[in-house]
Amino acid sequence: MTTLIEVPDVEPDAVTPKSKSAGGGLGRYIVVRFFLIIPTIFILVTLVFFLMRVIGDPITAAQGGRLPPDVLAQRIHDAGYDRPIIFQYFEYLGQLVTGNFGTTITDRRPVVEMLSTFGAATLELSINALIVALAVGIPLGLIAAQRRDKAADAFLRCFAILCYATPVFFSGLLLKLTFSVWLGWLPVAGRVSTRTELAMGQLAAPSGIYWLDALRSGDFNALGDIVSHAVLPAIALGLLTAGVFLRLVRTNVIGTLGKDYVEAGRSRGVSEFRLVTKHAYKPALIPIITVMGLQIALMLGGAVLTETTFEWKGLGYQLVQYLNARDFVAVQGIVVLLAVIVAITNFVVDVVAALIDPRVRY
Amino acid sequence: MSTATISGRKKSFLSGLPVISHLNKSVGLQRGMLITGLVLTGFFLLCTVLAPLIAPYGYAQLSDASGSFPTQEAPSSKHLLGTTVGGYDVLSRVLWGSQTAVTVIVVAVAMSIFLGVALGLLSGYFGGWLDRVLVVIADAIYAFPSLLLAIVMSIVISRGQSSFWGGILACAFSITVVFVPQYFRVIRAETIRLKAEPFVESAMVLGASSLRIITRHIFKNATRTLPLMFTLNASEAILTLAGLGFLGFGIEPSSAAEWGFDLNKAMADASSGIWWTGVFPGVAIVLTVLGLTLVGESINDLNDPRLRGRKRAGGKASRTKATAGTDSTNTGATTAPKPETGSPEAGKA
Repeated sequence: MTTLIEVPDVEPDAVTPKSKSAGGGLGRYIVVRFFLIIPTIFILVTLVFFLMRVIGDPITAAQGGRLPPDVLAQRIHDAGYDRPIIFQYFEYLGQLVTGNFGTTITDRRPVVEMLSTFGAATLELSINALIVALAVGIPLGLIAAQRRDKAADAFLRCFAILCYATPVFFSGLLLKLTFSVWLGWLPVAGRVSTRTELAMGQLAAPSGIYWLDALRSGDFNALGDIVSHAVLPAIALGLLTAGVFLRLVRTNVIGTLGKDYVEAGRSRGVSEFRLVTKHAYKPALIPIITVMGLQIALMLGGAVLTETTFEWKGLGYQLVQYLNARDFVAVQGIVVLLAVIVAITNFVVDVVAALIDPRVRY
Repeated sequence: MSTATISGRKKSFLSGLPVISHLNKSVGLQRGMLITGLVLTGFFLLCTVLAPLIAPYGYAQLSDASGSFPTQEAPSSKHLLGTTVGGYDVLSRVLWGSQTAVTVIVVAVAMSIFLGVALGLLSGYFGGWLDRVLVVIADAIYAFPSLLLAIVMSIVISRGQSSFWGGILACAFSITVVFVPQYFRVIRAETIRLKAEPFVESAMVLGASSLRIITRHIFKNATRTLPLMFTLNASEAILTLAGLGFLGFGIEPSSAAEWGFDLNKAMADASSGIWWTGVFPGVAIVLTVLGLTLVGESINDLNDPRLRGRKRAGGKASRTKATAGTDSTNTGATTAPKPETGSPEAGKA
């Protein structure tokens, strides 16, 4: 959200000297901006690597108390953790470049496989939440803009602040209490029931996103089961972002509603409803698209909490498990993946912003 | 902040104070929001100060003269808000929790302001390679999901420490790492802008040392927005603390009461219909964050004449695009330059 201002505020420092002499241009901006992804990822990888090693080598951290000292020493030696840390660091960087993230210590799975399995679950949760956020945020934002400074607007603004002030796990708890325990409509936790999970596992070439797989195989019982599990987590995480969208749509539509062409439309007798939904809404969308991309970082943080609340077995849930087990190889893998996602999203957002608004290019 | 009214009207000392002058300027809905925020925040601070007096039991107390507390007991006359699965009194833990929250916020925000302001001043004033490196690092940290960063930091710092101050400091440090880049960015941008102002240039010409220019000329001007950032960040700090506690990376229940941790324990209760263990700490978080956010946003709106509601005529004029930057829920946007105006440092980089 804050990063609404990031585009012009930050990039010039790195970009200006080169593009000034070359005269700018969109292609050049994209290339330069693309290479700025690398330092971002590099810094986070380095930061996490050394932070994790401050605690000790991964094997002692994970299995310290449980193995006899000589076995432990042997394992550390086999894994190469007794060598100088700088050496290990460059080896780790080399492995990352070739796409080798290592093997988790606690359950001995290749990290890449672990990431793709749980990543699909997190992706599904994020998509569901984004749908809720857009479905709630945009219409309510339009209403608030049209009824500006009236009771409806005041109510909706309070709603937006409330969305921000409520932690995901508390809204999750309230939703669970209401819809699962008292009304008994929806399951309390989990991503699917066991039977559906087995059915999903037998599909050929699954995408890992359950409702997509269920739709493709035409299994509507499974689809119902999947949707009933997905509703509460999606609402809990979606409302967090919905508040941001609401305010954003409201302020931007109010901005465009004051423009001359809207006034001209009004004087021609265009209805207020049509003015808001057709004339004012579309130009207001541009900043919304930019901010939507920047919401990814907020959503990933929220996903950790949502997944823990609803025992949704995705990256966030797994991250907490691995942290509690002190499995730092797995933790590093997850954090690196998230850093890559965030860096690429920011890149895409900047490029989209540059495509839409030429003033961003320098 | 309080320089907004420069009319010849007589002003008492009281009406010159930041919050009170804002209250006088506000009108209608805005005033309602500010007052609500102030009342909630005041209530929260009151709980903090009075927790030892009004809490019926200690935060880690499991028994009193009449024997040990029952577990998961519904609200009753003896335990007004019931008891938890561990046998703690919910009301006492909610009240004591405000104390933990205030301690962590104050420590965390004080540390982030100190580090962020110092680095921002140096980086903005001297520029060069140090500036480049710091900006890239700050951006990398800033872009990353803050909660994840706080989790990693708390694991590194605490290593399983469970004492009161150990836990508090671990949480506070983790939150500090998240916030430093925000202060750094704002202060750095301000410093770069101020550096080109005539009064700084004249100080340079007069031969003032860099130290003197930074501390006397730039510092005061660059830090005007800090009280506002403090209010907005405090609410974020509470959410981060609760998130850490909820995930189990916070403070041990026997060394301090923490709302997020209690909510974590309450999750299992919810499945069996026990609502009082989770709802009350959750409501405490929501009300506190709500109060701080309302105060911060109202002050922010009132500081900006384009957003301020007018006392009388003129209402609807000129409240247009300016809201784009300031109305998003988070912090930095309120103080940093808006996209339309472009960044002041862009021309001089």
